[in-house]
Amino acid sequence: MISQDSSAADSSEVQSLMPVHRRRARFRVRGNELAILGAVVVVALVLLAIFGPRLAPYDPYKLSFTEKLKQPSQDHWFGTDEAGRDIFSRVLHGTRISLRVAAIVVTIAAGIGVTLGTVAGFYGGWVDDIVMRVADVFMAFPGLVLAMAVSAAVGASIEAAIVAVSFVWWPVYTRLTRGQVLAIREEVYVQAARSIGASDGRIMMRHVLPNIFSVLLVRMTMDIGYAILYTSSLGFIGLGAQEPMPEWGRMVATGRRWILDHSYYSTFPGVAIFITVLAFTWLGDALRDWLDPRMRYGQ
Amino acid sequence: MGTYVVRRLAWMILVVLGMTLITFAITHMIPADPAKIAAGLGADASAVEKIRQELGLDLPLPEQYLFYLKNLLRGDLGRSILTSRPVLDDIKDYFPATLELTVLSMVVTMVLGVFLGILSALQQGRLVDNVTRLFATLWVAMPVFWFALMLQILFYGKLEWLPPGGRIGETVSPPPHVTGMFTLDSLLTLRFGTLGNALVHLILPVTAVALTRVAEVARITRSSMLEVLGVDYVRTARAKGLSEKVVILRHALKNASLPIITTFGLQFGYLLGGTILVESIFQWPGMGRYAVLSITSVDFPAVIGVTVVASFSFVLVNLGVDLTYRFADPRIRY
Repeated sequence: MISQDSSAADSSEVQSLMPVHRRRARFRVRGNELAILGAVVVVALVLLAIFGPRLAPYDPYKLSFTEKLKQPSQDHWFGTDEAGRDIFSRVLHGTRISLRVAAIVVTIAAGIGVTLGTVAGFYGGWVDDIVMRVADVFMAFPGLVLAMAVSAAVGASIEAAIVAVSFVWWPVYTRLTRGQVLAIREEVYVQAARSIGASDGRIMMRHVLPNIFSVLLVRMTMDIGYAILYTSSLGFIGLGAQEPMPEWGRMVATGRRWILDHSYYSTFPGVAIFITVLAFTWLGDALRDWLDPRMRYGQ
Repeated sequence: MGTYVVRRLAWMILVVLGMTLITFAITHMIPADPAKIAAGLGADASAVEKIRQELGLDLPLPEQYLFYLKNLLRGDLGRSILTSRPVLDDIKDYFPATLELTVLSMVVTMVLGVFLGILSALQQGRLVDNVTRLFATLWVAMPVFWFALMLQILFYGKLEWLPPGGRIGETVSPPPHVTGMFTLDSLLTLRFGTLGNALVHLILPVTAVALTRVAEVARITRSSMLEVLGVDYVRTARAKGLSEKVVILRHALKNASLPIITTFGLQFGYLLGGTILVESIFQWPGMGRYAVLSITSVDFPAVIGVTVVASFSFVLVNLGVDLTYRFADPRIRY
C-alpha cells in the first residue's frame, strides 16, 4: 500500500520524474529515522555488552555495607542497592547478560523451528501434518504460562529461562519457515536443481534456505528484543536469573522491596529493558524495509 | 456450520490432549523426586514408597500418563504442597480474581484499541494518528511488570490518589459470594459503595495490563479500517448520503472486524500472561500471585495446575473467536 498522506500526494508529480532508485532511497530514509536510531542504539548496546564490564566504574558484585541504598549521585549515577553495590555498574553488566541470553534463545528457537519448518514445507504430506500439528499444540498455550511451567520444572536459573523460552518459541519459526518454503518449493530454480539431480539436502541448503534468510533475519532481530522481554519477565517472577546476578528483570524485582523510598532502584534496570527491546524492534523494522522489497512501501 | 463446529471441537480435544501430554512431560522432567517432595521433609523410605504408589509413580510411563489423564478428567490436579489443599480448590478461590482482572483489561484493551484505531484511520497523518502510532511503537517494548511498578510509584507513592493494591479496601467488607468477582457480585447484590471501592482498586492493575496491548489492537484496527475505507461500497454508502457515523460503524467497521476479532483471541493469551506478572505487584489474590508463590516455594503441582487451567481457558477463548467469524462475516460458510 502506497502512503496516502497529503505531503506524499503533493509531491507525487515531482517524484514520478525522479529515477526509480532515487525515489526508493527517499522513501527509505524518510520512513526510517526511527530505524536508524534503533540501529545506532543496537550497535551501542553490543559495544556495551562487550566492553561494558571494563567501563563500569565499580565491581557489580562488590558489597559495601556503608554504601547501602544511596540515592543517585555523582559517585553512583544510578544509586546503590541494598548491599551497597553500584546500580549503574550492575545495569552495564546486565547488558551482556541480557543480550547473550536473548541471542542464545533466538538461536535455539530458530535452529529447531527452521529445521522443522523446512522439512515440513519441503516434503509436505504426513511429515508436514505431524510437524505442524505439534507446533499448533505448542502455540495453543499462552506463552508466558508455558515458559513458567518449564522454567519451574527445570529449576529456577538463567539456563532454565533460556530452555523455557526457546521451548515456547520454536513453533513461531516453524510456521514462518514452512510458509516461505512452500512458496519457494515451486520456483523454477528449485525445479531446475531437482531436474539436474541435486539431492534434497542440497536443494534445501543451497536453494531454499538462502532465499528465506532475509525474512528470518528480520524476525530474529525483532525476537532478540522480545526474548529479553520474556526472560526478564521470568527473572522478575523469580524463575530466571537468581541473585546476585545483575539481570535486569531480577533487579527490578529486588528493588520492589524499597520501591517507595528508593524508586530509582527498580527504575533504571526497567529503562534498560525498555530501550533495548525498542532498539531491536526498530532495527527489525528497518531490516524488513531494506531486505523485503514487497514491504518497502508498506509504511 | 454444524460439521464445522464438530470438526473444530474434535480438533480442540486433540489440542487439549496434546497439551496434557506436554504438561505431563514437564511434570516428569523435574529433577527432584515428586514422591519425596509430596512425602515432605524427613519422611522415611517406606512412606515415600507408599506415596509413590499412591501417585502412580511406580507404573510404566504410558500408564502413568493414563493415570494423569484420569485424574485430570476427575478434576484432580494434585495437592498443593504450600497450602496442603487440592490444587483445584485453591484455583477455584483464586480464579475469579484473575478472571475479573483479565476480562476488564480485555474490555479496556478492545474498546480503547478499536476506538483509537478508527480515529487513527480517519485522521490519517494527523496528530491523533501520529500519537497513536508513536504510542504503538513504544508500547511493544514495554515490560509490563516495570510499567505496573511505575504506576504504583506515581499514583500511590507520589500522588496518593489510588490504593497500592488489593481487591478491596481494608475497611470495606467484600460483597456476598456469587461469582467471586467483586465488581459483578456487588452489582448483583446492589452494593454500589462496594462496587466503587472495587473499581478504584482495579484502575492501576487494569491500566498496567491493558495499555500494553491497546497499541497492538489500535494498529491492527487502523490498517484494517484503512483497507476497507478505500473500497467501492464505502464510497457508494457515502455517495448515497448516509451519515458518516453509519458509514463508519455499519459499513466500514463491520467489514474490517475480522482481523480485530482474530486479535481478540491472541490478546487474551497476552493479557493472561500480563495479569500473572501484574498480580504480584498489586497484591491481587489471583492465579498469577498463587503461581508466583508456588514457584518460590517449589510447589510443583500448583504451578502445573495453573498452567493447565490457564491454557484450557485460552483454548476455549480461541474456539469462541473462531465460531464468532460466522456472525461477523456471513460470507464465511463452514
